[in-house]
Amino acid sequence: MIAADVLELSAAQAADAIAAGSLSAGELFEAYRARAGADHAAGEDGLNCFTWVADDAPAQHADAPASVPLAGVPLAVKDLFCTEGVPSQSGSLILEGYEPPYTASVVRRLQSAGARLLAKTNQDEFAMGSSNENSAYGAVRNPWDRERVPGGSSGGSAAAVAAGLAPWALGTDTGGSIRQPAALCGIVGMKPTYGSVSRYGMIAFASSLDQAGPLTRDVRDAALLLSHMVGHDPCDATSLSFPHAIERPSAERLDGVRLGVPAELTGEGIEAGVLDAFRAALAHAEQLGAQISDVELPHAPHALSAYYVIAPAEASSNLARFDGVRYGLRAENPSDLLDMYTRTRHDGFGAEVKRRIMLGTYALSSGYYDAYYGRAQRVRTKIADDFRTAFEHVDLILTPTAPTVAFKLGEKTADPLAMYLNDFCTVPMSLAGIPAISIPCGLSAGLPVGLQIAGPAFSENRVLDAAYALEQSLGFDGTAARV
Amino acid sequence: MSESPRTPQPPAGGSIEDDVAFEPVIGLEIHVQLATATKMFCSCELSFGEPPNTRTCPVCLGLPGSLPVANARAIHLGLMIGLALGSELAPRSIFHRKNYFYPDLPKGYQISQYDEPLCRGGSLADVRIHRVHLEEDAAKLIHLGSSGRIHGSDASIVDFNRGGTPLAEIVTEPDVRSPEQASEWLKLLRTTLRQLGVSDVNMEEGSLRCDANISLRPAGTHELGVKTELKNMNSFRFIERGIRAEIARQEKILSAGGHVVQETLHFDPASGAITSLRSKEEAHDYRYFPEPDLLPVAIDQRMLADARAAMSELPVARAERLAREHGLSADSAQLLAFRGELGDYFEAALAAGGASSLAGDGVPAPPAQALANWVTGELLSRLEDGERAGGDLFSSRVSPRALAQLVGLVDAKRVSVGAARQVLDKLVAEGGEPQAIVDAEGLAAMDGGGEELAAIVAAAIDANADAAQRVRDGNAKAIGPIVGAVMRETKGRADGTEVARLIHEQLGT
Repeated sequence: MIAADVLELSAAQAADAIAAGSLSAGELFEAYRARAGADHAAGEDGLNCFTWVADDAPAQHADAPASVPLAGVPLAVKDLFCTEGVPSQSGSLILEGYEPPYTASVVRRLQSAGARLLAKTNQDEFAMGSSNENSAYGAVRNPWDRERVPGGSSGGSAAAVAAGLAPWALGTDTGGSIRQPAALCGIVGMKPTYGSVSRYGMIAFASSLDQAGPLTRDVRDAALLLSHMVGHDPCDATSLSFPHAIERPSAERLDGVRLGVPAELTGEGIEAGVLDAFRAALAHAEQLGAQISDVELPHAPHALSAYYVIAPAEASSNLARFDGVRYGLRAENPSDLLDMYTRTRHDGFGAEVKRRIMLGTYALSSGYYDAYYGRAQRVRTKIADDFRTAFEHVDLILTPTAPTVAFKLGEKTADPLAMYLNDFCTVPMSLAGIPAISIPCGLSAGLPVGLQIAGPAFSENRVLDAAYALEQSLGFDGTAARV
Repeated sequence: MSESPRTPQPPAGGSIEDDVAFEPVIGLEIHVQLATATKMFCSCELSFGEPPNTRTCPVCLGLPGSLPVANARAIHLGLMIGLALGSELAPRSIFHRKNYFYPDLPKGYQISQYDEPLCRGGSLADVRIHRVHLEEDAAKLIHLGSSGRIHGSDASIVDFNRGGTPLAEIVTEPDVRSPEQASEWLKLLRTTLRQLGVSDVNMEEGSLRCDANISLRPAGTHELGVKTELKNMNSFRFIERGIRAEIARQEKILSAGGHVVQETLHFDPASGAITSLRSKEEAHDYRYFPEPDLLPVAIDQRMLADARAAMSELPVARAERLAREHGLSADSAQLLAFRGELGDYFEAALAAGGASSLAGDGVPAPPAQALANWVTGELLSRLEDGERAGGDLFSSRVSPRALAQLVGLVDAKRVSVGAARQVLDKLVAEGGEPQAIVDAEGLAAMDGGGEELAAIVAAAIDANADAAQRVRDGNAKAIGPIVGAVMRETKGRADGTEVARLIHEQLGT
């Protein structure tokens, strides 16, 4: 196989080819390494997807044995996953050059299944952002239109997969950080049930919401990568045993599948072109035999407000450890302890991170806790109840993933509230802890639109099956984005 | 414990000249390092003086991405403490984050428990327990430079070995009324925790630490005054002195018509000075919220059963049993139980006395109350005050069996009390068998009513004619010098009651 063909293979196809002996894992790694390395070397003149790219294929794994399920297929990993001896900076200056002494559980799990670390991907600082413009290492560009954002916070992972610079990538999703960039970049991104993937070694943003998940070219790749990610980890007290195996999706029809469309997330605030593509996708679903009905999520419109209390509150505490004492940036020649703390954090954190630390600190303050954090948690409970009730009537819920297609770099940086609205459709599922996938469902003004499919906790197989059937029917072509 | 904590203590305000006497109201917060193998939220072994930063991992160093996992053994020990204190054990309790910045706190928050602790309520002796909760210890800061504190130090270094050590924090209700009661009660708590095996409870090594909340109020009133918190006193002596000093300071303020300011204080045992660490205004807003990295602690029947099965008999229960089974007075039973080694020695002696008597050594088994009196009186005073001060009972030369035999001999009137004291002196100094010492030293009791004793009594009356006359004149107390003379002559072998009877018989009184 010549290099260009190799790069057209999905990750699952590449793994099969390596297992069959028709493709060398070393060659595949080198082909991707060369392309990722070129983008990395180009800096902000390229897509700026990466913060680190492997120099060489890891020698000891050069030709993974066929018995390893992921067969040595290269993997790009979001910067915030700790990788031993490899910079893990979470997009922040405060961790510039930080090389952890250990590797995140989910990365280790994938490595032992045969995945090989190709690169670390750029992201919004501490996963806070919807455009990847909050990275201390420069904005990432959308391969569909380089003047536009790739979404965030897993923007580097999404852009790298869309551009064909990596076969697949790991991201994390707190309020939409996998699904929204997947939508804006025309690829597949899935946030699994909260607790199904270990968070140990993921540099935390908001602990009760953060989940790792796959960003891939197609639904089968998402299922394959996810199947090697889930499982209980004794190092994460909130991790769960996934009750069954993640299967390779194969559904061609959706006969009898009940799909719910919530008016609350499919009306006001959603761009017309996005709604058109969404409705076209619903028509495909109907053709495949699905029953489509309205469903109510009465508290969903309050999800964004609750999210922007809970997530910053947890973040304000999670980010307290970046104090200059043990690792990362430390202000030089501090006059005393307070001076060291304030200057280190002043210099090390970007504006959005500071904004959220202040929001969260305020929300947890004595006298305000009940009015903000306590109330937001009650809203969260009601949103989870809404979904539980809805899933008594439908099997899956469909919405657009993001209210708009990819917007211009700099367009929303001065208006945090406009930026936060990107998460309008994805945050409810995050608060409820349920699985949701985004698949590309068409173009609007030449830019990809994402379709979100959500299901009850641990219904990943059902979600993936429906996504696969729709993907086959929609026949979205993402090759225009390839570099 | 010579004063039981049940003894009411006089209010400390008695010395001031003002009419108003103040009553101290004291609550205690005790931090106990739990005797687990590993830390509270990671698998690092606990440190006992290892080189700095050798017992650490990503979790207890607070490295990015690391997560805590609660130590099941620490929860088990916490439940045992709750059972021992008669607390209500929460079926579901929650870990919270207590947020503040300090270099000894690597995550920028301490994982502790807040409004849903592991145990609530209960009591130990006369002090009610407010709550018991679990948390992690901070790391240890070492400040270089002359100040010895972080302000003004040239540099500070952090040893994270201690960071993450499991702690149980025991908070009392404000039921303590004096510095002495505080220290005596803490000793009882220490004995209780040691008996449970949940902690080393060593104040010098910091495995038991105490803070005190102190306020004063006019005696006889019920409203609580403004309290101050006295931090981290690390010995029973310092606790007593620190609380006394703070009571005196507050008394002085209140007597002068001033107001006590709510603040956190530090007692310097070297100078006796009390200095402010921070005022109420400077107090941290800890921004407590439920720790999202941990699930609630759910206590199931099996965990409860395991904790119950691990309980040993505790001092309060032991006192009740000793009184019930052996008919001991309440004071004796409490003294033996609250100082566990006294109780252990007593029970060993009682068993040995009974056994050797049954085995036919010819010495009758001692009565329990008499034996208890000898253990806590004659024997203890010889070991605490004499040349061998500091030695404990079991490592002394007096075996429990020997003491039991000695008390048995006294009870059978085969040795007088005075002679028995001499035998005990010998046992403490050299060890040995009581009967053998009695025989060798010729200390066997004289037969009551014998000719020999009557003659000695007659001689003593002649030698103390003045005293004899006063006895005849009706002054019964004047018999003392005559008895003393008889005892000297008999080397204490005579029975005191018999001697008195003979004196009165011969004097016709």
